Amino acid sequence: MAEEVLRLDKVCKAYNIGLPSETEVLHDIDLTLERGQFLALTGPSGSGKSTLLNIVGLLDRPTSGRLCIKGQDTNLLGDTAVTRLRGHTIGFVFQDHHLISAFTALENVMMPLLADRGFPSPDIATKARDLMECVGLEAVSGNLAMNMSGGQQQRVAIARALAMNPDLVLADEPTGNLDTKSADSVFELMRQVNREGGTSFLMVTHNLELARRCDRIIDVVDGRIAG
Amino acid sequence: MNRWLPFEWIAAVRFLREGRMQTLFIISGIAIGVGVIVFMSALLTGLEANFIKRVLTSQPQIQLIPPDQIARPLRTGPGSLEDAIVQRPSQRVISIDQWPKIRDRMLAIPDVMAVSPTMAGSALAVRGAASRAISISGVEPTSYFNIVRIPDYVVAGEARLTNQDIIIGAELAKDLGATVGDKLNVQAASGTTLVLTVAGLVDLGSKGVNQRTTYVALRTAQSLLGVIGGVTTIDMTVRDIYAAETLAKQIQASNYVEADSWITTNAQFFTAVQAQETSNTLIRVFVALSVAFGIAAVLIVSVIQRSKDIGILRAMGTSRGQILRIFLLQGGLLGFVGALVGSTMGAGGLIYWHAFVRLADGSELFPLILERSLFINAAVLATLTGLLAATAPALRAAGLDPVVAIRG
Ligand SMILES: Nc1ncnc2c1ncn2[C@@H]1O[C@H](COP(=O)(O)OP(=O)(O)OP(=O)(O)O)[C@@H](O)[C@H]1O
Ligand SMILES: [Mg+2]
Repeated sequence: MAEEVLRLDKVCKAYNIGLPSETEVLHDIDLTLERGQFLALTGPSGSGKSTLLNIVGLLDRPTSGRLCIKGQDTNLLGDTAVTRLRGHTIGFVFQDHHLISAFTALENVMMPLLADRGFPSPDIATKARDLMECVGLEAVSGNLAMNMSGGQQQRVAIARALAMNPDLVLADEPTGNLDTKSADSVFELMRQVNREGGTSFLMVTHNLELARRCDRIIDVVDGRIAG
Repeated sequence: MNRWLPFEWIAAVRFLREGRMQTLFIISGIAIGVGVIVFMSALLTGLEANFIKRVLTSQPQIQLIPPDQIARPLRTGPGSLEDAIVQRPSQRVISIDQWPKIRDRMLAIPDVMAVSPTMAGSALAVRGAASRAISISGVEPTSYFNIVRIPDYVVAGEARLTNQDIIIGAELAKDLGATVGDKLNVQAASGTTLVLTVAGLVDLGSKGVNQRTTYVALRTAQSLLGVIGGVTTIDMTVRDIYAAETLAKQIQASNYVEADSWITTNAQFFTAVQAQETSNTLIRVFVALSVAFGIAAVLIVSVIQRSKDIGILRAMGTSRGQILRIFLLQGGLLGFVGALVGSTMGAGGLIYWHAFVRLADGSELFPLILERSLFINAAVLATLTGLLAATAPALRAAGLDPVVAIRG
């Protein structure tokens, strides 16, 4: 049996706790993800997909329930340990790519390594250059984010998400802002990384055609996993 | 990327560079503030130094004089007085009691550099039909010239003081129509008259002083003023001029003399300097405050503008501490760079002013003193101010919830 990268046990998330406007947006979510799996998360808008992704990505904490990453119960970790675990095991790709505009594409890819090591070094640059080559962008490595197309920026974001060799990449509508052709090639890039490197993916998407090409589809409706 | 710069530095510098206009404007603001402070402080130092130099070369730093003569009421019996009103006695020319002993005692004090006895009084200088009231200082040239550098002030003739010589102020010479080599009749109030030869003319820097001042040999003054073997003052210089007041107090406590330090005699100057320094400090504090608020305002805006960047940095494993340092550093860097630019501007302004603003005779208005410590202090203070001002924005940045920051 394959190793579990991710396990959620009865995860709930409520907002505005204690206020009249208190709402629970995730109810008793149970979910496991094995190493090398590519999982699609679909569902109507407002159903709680992003909330779930943020919890899995350790950006947010569940109100109740247990979240284990590579077998480690994250409820027991403090803020510093959580930040470390996030940096080392999880990569993020967001809908609007979020490249840091003060840095070039290559430097954006170096950023997670730099933040982790503290100092720049030749091997960080080499690693970043390899990743840029892998996403097919070695020609525009020196460009600032605003001098690249949306598809190119998203590829840089993928390269950046892979910089720390994460076990899991979380992608929140990574193709949401792209035309069909770029969307397809960005998805194929992720699928290729997934096949060749064994990195697990959890991708939120509204594109059912792409979702069908994943290993598994999880449908979230009103904060519950349907079907 | 520079290999030796840590991650936080790289990010801080890039963020500042990217916010071009903001960075430029705030640095200009800081630079103007620091420039004004540097200019003002250096100018004040120069003026003070100018004055101190004068003190060091043209006045004794401690002067011993005989104690005030006090008249005591005549008593007719226990508890009853002859008369309640006591007149102040006239302060005639009196010598310091046992002055050679006091002089030797002074010479034995390690902090004392030079000691010179002086017989001072007033007289009338007569030449032909012209006569002028003069003040006479009878001095021992060898020791006195160590305290007041008379030879430096000689404009004609030489600083020679034998028994028949007199050195007079340049204005006095003009008034009397006398020049080097001429003879003067010098009459004391008692009627004693001496004929002295003008050995040199001095310019002591002020017209009033040049009209009155004369120097003669100690013995000459003693016989003219009728106090044979006496001196009216003992002039001294000390190693640490700022300790003169304390030393004077000690001397006065242990000898039967009154000791005045240059600090007491120039109290006005010190009051002026004090007032100047107080206002200088106030200006510094307020400039620092406005610089701090400026930096804080710019950084708060920057934190809001960069909240997405901060969110993504946090998502990829950057710690709260690293975010905190990135913004603290920006504050410190702004302060530091602003101080460098400001110091250059302030020093440049002062050099320019020093070069083009001159006294009527072309000499400098104030000496140009640019101490390294002034610039180091300015840089350190501005950097600290920047760091301090950045605390609130940096804490805010570090406290951002990445989920909220990324959602924007
Ligand atoms: N900070 C918050 N405070 C209160 N409610 C919130 C907060 N964040 C999200 N919600 C609510 O939680 C629910 C789920 O939001 P979420 O962003 O997870 O939906 P989603 O499935 O990602 O939707 P979409 O497909 O539009 O991105 C929504 O009803 C939203 O209004
Ligand atoms: Mg969403």
